[in-house]
Amino acid sequence: MKRVYVNESWCLGCHLCEYYCAFANSGKRDLVKALKGVAIHPRIRVEEGDGVSFAVSCRHCEEPYCVKACISGALTKQNGAVFIDQCRCVGCYTCILSCPYGAIVPSESGAVQKCELCLKNARAEPACVAGCPNNAIVYEER
Amino acid sequence: MRLVIIGNSAAAAGCIEGFRRHDGESEIVLISKEPHHVYGRPLISYLLQGKTDLARIKWREDGFYEKNGVTALLGKAAKSVDPAQKTVALEDGAIIQYDKLLYAAGSRPFVPPIEGLDRVKNRHFFMTLDDALGLQKSVTANSKVLILGAGLIGLKCAEALAGRVKAIDVVDLADRVLPSVLDETGSALVRQAAESAGVRFHLGASAARFGESWVELTNGRALPFDALMVAVGVRPNVELLKEAGAQVNRGIAIDACGRTSLPDVFAAGDCAESFDLSTGTPRVLALWPNAYLQGESAGRTMAGVEAPFTKAIPLNAGGFFGLHIATAGSYDGESHVVQGEGGYRRLFTKDGLLKGFILAGDVSRAGIYTAMIRNRTPLADVDFELLAEKPQLLAFSKQERRRMLGGAV
Repeated sequence: MKRVYVNESWCLGCHLCEYYCAFANSGKRDLVKALKGVAIHPRIRVEEGDGVSFAVSCRHCEEPYCVKACISGALTKQNGAVFIDQCRCVGCYTCILSCPYGAIVPSESGAVQKCELCLKNARAEPACVAGCPNNAIVYEER
Repeated sequence: MRLVIIGNSAAAAGCIEGFRRHDGESEIVLISKEPHHVYGRPLISYLLQGKTDLARIKWREDGFYEKNGVTALLGKAAKSVDPAQKTVALEDGAIIQYDKLLYAAGSRPFVPPIEGLDRVKNRHFFMTLDDALGLQKSVTANSKVLILGAGLIGLKCAEALAGRVKAIDVVDLADRVLPSVLDETGSALVRQAAESAGVRFHLGASAARFGESWVELTNGRALPFDALMVAVGVRPNVELLKEAGAQVNRGIAIDACGRTSLPDVFAAGDCAESFDLSTGTPRVLALWPNAYLQGESAGRTMAGVEAPFTKAIPLNAGGFFGLHIATAGSYDGESHVVQGEGGYRRLFTKDGLLKGFILAGDVSRAGIYTAMIRNRTPLADVDFELLAEKPQLLAFSKQERRRMLGGAV
């Protein structure tokens, strides 16, 4: 299946992926209205160090520890992708304790959120991929 | 082929899903003492608190059994297992033949031998959905609730009731809360959070004797109560397999695929032992994620695909009165304490490996640490200073990151 892959040698550390992610999942149609003056809570996060930067989002693991550890059944795997049903999440964060990549984060409501490959919003492909100016993030079969 | 499952919680669900990955044909019969659709057992405190409900507490959707071709005998208790005839006898007299059996009967509350405990009228445990519904019915805004045990179950129950009853008193023999999960600093933080929510603690004391609605503590203090909840530990339900001749230590002895010493009989979950990778010893790890993974491994193996689960470690995450904690592994070896803005962080290293950790407050990305324990990542291969600061992939080598982020995992 197609997944999001990151090539750190091409990452500029611009953080645009974070903004595109937050916008795509805001439910709003206008980027400025969605993001202006707002503290964003993206599902992809850029890590930066000495001359290194790269984005991290859900790997949609073959054997997802988060899904198997979820005490509420809110995390499920469907056709290879891992989804979160925020209505059922009680915010225990067992998934955060289980994810080897640190890719599941609390949302503003207390339920967790994660990359769902833009399959549940209005995007045709992951917004982080579409918005990355240097092709450091791609969406493909590997 | 017929797979019979005794139990209906995490291990049973894991077994069904694991088995069906490889075998869509064979019959599955599930026997459960509880009459309910599979539910998130640890969610009963959230139910009591009003943060979930009877629809959302279901761990898998309605139709889960039908979709997986499972004949679910809910509300039926298994009475005995005959490994020679390969049958399970039910309390109601029915006999069920099996080709493979998963025994996932869970655990039950330990009832301490305390004078007068059986005379207490309004006495509860907090292990099942029915326990939660029963407790909910028996308390009002005017109730004084006594909780025996300041472990995970006792504290989640206290949290659920806080602000909804008149008083909550928690008694524990240990001198701190969550003694088996947290260190002293972590315990003090949780205790503080609980006390701000109005919970009163009586620590380093236990119940000496009970009356119908009062307790006398070993420190001489007497406390009246309207409802009592007992949560001083759990015991694995091993009896049926023990009587059938299976090897039982503290829990049922199994191999990495869940096989017991009896042919074609597997066990998983709270009733079975795990090999704790962080201590290198077999022990009962009565925890949801572990139960699912053991059940899944047994299910896949029974379907003909050897699938050992070798990465069992203790894992606990949860919020307590607004304070999040996340812990894993064993608290053994050299200790590294970081107390920053985000809260309290303590890591334990030994033999060049991360063995365990305690986080209280900021638990973000804790799974990066967990994976290091599970994978036995040599500390020589990572930048430990960066990791001690916070869990981050930056601490790994470029090559390792390419594997993590650039390929299917």
